[in-house]
Amino acid sequence: MSDHQTAIRTTGEEFSDMTDRLDTPIDTAVASASNDLPTGPDNRIVVENLNIYYGSFLAVKDVNMVIEPRSVTALIGPSGCGKSTFIRSLNRMHEVIDGAYVEGSVFVDGEDLYGPGVDPVAVRRKVGMVFQRPNPFPTMSIADNVLAGKRLNSKRFAKGEAEELVEKSLRGANLWDEVKDRLDKPGSGLSGGQQQRLCIARAIAVEPEILLMDEPCSALDPISTLAIEQLMNELKSTYTIVIVTHNMQQAARVSQRTAFFTIDGTGQPGHVVEMDDTDVMFSNPKQQSTIDYVTGRFG
Amino acid sequence: MTITEHRPAPLEHPSSITARRLGRSGHVAVAIGAVGFGALSWLPQGAPNWARWIIVTLVAYCAAIYVISRIVEGRRQALDRLMSAIVTSCFLIVAMPLVSLVWTVVERGKNRFDATFFTETMRGVVGEGGGAYHAIVGTLIVTGLATLMSVPFGLFTAIYLAEYGHGAKLAKAIQSMVDVMTGIPSIVAGLFAYALFELLFGPGTRSGIAGAVALTVLMTPVVVRSAEEMLRLVPDELREASYALGVPKWKTIVKVVLPTAIAGIITGVVLAIARVIGETAPLLVTAGLAQGVNWNPFDGRMTTLPVFTYYQYVQPGLPPEAGQDRAWTAALTLMIIVGVLFSLARILSTALKPKGLK
Repeated sequence: MSDHQTAIRTTGEEFSDMTDRLDTPIDTAVASASNDLPTGPDNRIVVENLNIYYGSFLAVKDVNMVIEPRSVTALIGPSGCGKSTFIRSLNRMHEVIDGAYVEGSVFVDGEDLYGPGVDPVAVRRKVGMVFQRPNPFPTMSIADNVLAGKRLNSKRFAKGEAEELVEKSLRGANLWDEVKDRLDKPGSGLSGGQQQRLCIARAIAVEPEILLMDEPCSALDPISTLAIEQLMNELKSTYTIVIVTHNMQQAARVSQRTAFFTIDGTGQPGHVVEMDDTDVMFSNPKQQSTIDYVTGRFG
Repeated sequence: MTITEHRPAPLEHPSSITARRLGRSGHVAVAIGAVGFGALSWLPQGAPNWARWIIVTLVAYCAAIYVISRIVEGRRQALDRLMSAIVTSCFLIVAMPLVSLVWTVVERGKNRFDATFFTETMRGVVGEGGGAYHAIVGTLIVTGLATLMSVPFGLFTAIYLAEYGHGAKLAKAIQSMVDVMTGIPSIVAGLFAYALFELLFGPGTRSGIAGAVALTVLMTPVVVRSAEEMLRLVPDELREASYALGVPKWKTIVKVVLPTAIAGIITGVVLAIARVIGETAPLLVTAGLAQGVNWNPFDGRMTTLPVFTYYQYVQPGLPPEAGQDRAWTAALTLMIIVGVLFSLARILSTALKPKGLK
């Protein structure tokens, strides 16, 4: 494992030929990357033999997956198959629930998030998350919501610095024009779609390297959904984005890679059926169950 | 071409969605009839008896509205009216003693509700005159100290139970201990504090702080209970949102959970203060009675309003009316203090309530 870890840690930052390596197996990809690219963080997520538990219940079993940096990876699958559980394990939010734990490893920049001595708080500053239901802090104004991550982490702002960050983050979330005149009003007064974009602004204000989105559009109307999809398109040049979605058109529209999760029956653990480039997954998947699901014949 | 042209002609037979209604006037007529019937109930005595009048009226109204509505409107409407009548009657019956009590206290307390009462003490007073300045000071000091002690204890316990306990054995044990403590008789808390201070400072010790400790024993479980409930009402989504920003747990509690719950916590604290501010028995044994002002809770006896009221009533002196008047005014003062506290809590919790939440 340590060899592997070192290999990933030395992986380069800039990828011009990312698509070449997408189909190569993990180890080869990592090895070749480490050979011909300069060192630096690349925020590639490598998941190895991940089993996710709620107490004694195995919820998701044996996930092996590579999530490419600066791209959108979609997780699709039927309800209850463990997509949300899996995505929460990528920034150690899973263990917030009583009795929940994981076995296996999640490497980011070659560092195991579940390694000994890793501080979950530090992980979450690096790997941001947007939830299914918009959850702005009700006691804070719009501006304070955006600044919450930095401010709650004891950062003190110089006068103009805070305003700059608020504007930058809100612009980044395509919300600035709608709220610039009422930054001091409570965030919970916004519409659902605006609240969700506020939550995205809040998440990107702490400058994470990876952004996890757990069904970010499921509570939103088509116009807000479109706004957030456009946003993902822009954000993927800077961030590694993982999105859980029930909407297959959405997965097809926004993602470069897609993983299909399924579950064999009630009480059985969810697992990954296959993962491939999104256009392959929706046109020519290898597994029959994937074909059934993406064509709507699942069941 | 008007809209009415599209409207079909009304059907000849009774339609399925209209029904005869006992209108507002019918309702008022039944109510007036019931009040009149209630008035008949004090005829045998010849003089009005308010309580009997109200109760007979309510019972008569419940019966009459059901029967009449049943005849005019049908079964479902009649049942609805009967239930509304019963619910309203129950509230009125419960409110009666309260209104009567407030009325009596104001009526009898106003005799001595003057400047002397709030500026003078009982030092050297045997008959008329004198005041409860020392008792007001004592009540504020003792209750204030009790609040200062029980709020941190109670709030931290509640934070442990709601945020850290999560089904741990210790948390369950604490929870049941808190439940038991909510039920202990106040005199037991008083004896506990008395015994504690006797052990520490020798027999017969009485002081304001001993009274405050007794009140703390009574107040803490109430604070724990209400604060825990309020913390549990904060949605987990907010905690997760904070964790996902890389905020440590303690800071999430301080900056996200507590501000969201603060309005409810303040209301809970004020309810707890209201619960203990009128306690007499524990303060009788711990803080005792003094005739003059004592500003130092750590030395000497300290009178509080409930104890003052009690002694003015059982040992009114000569003439007895003077002492009894002082007792009623002290009770009125206590009620006003509680009323002011509740108003303050209302204002504070409205001001601090999360914006945008109704």
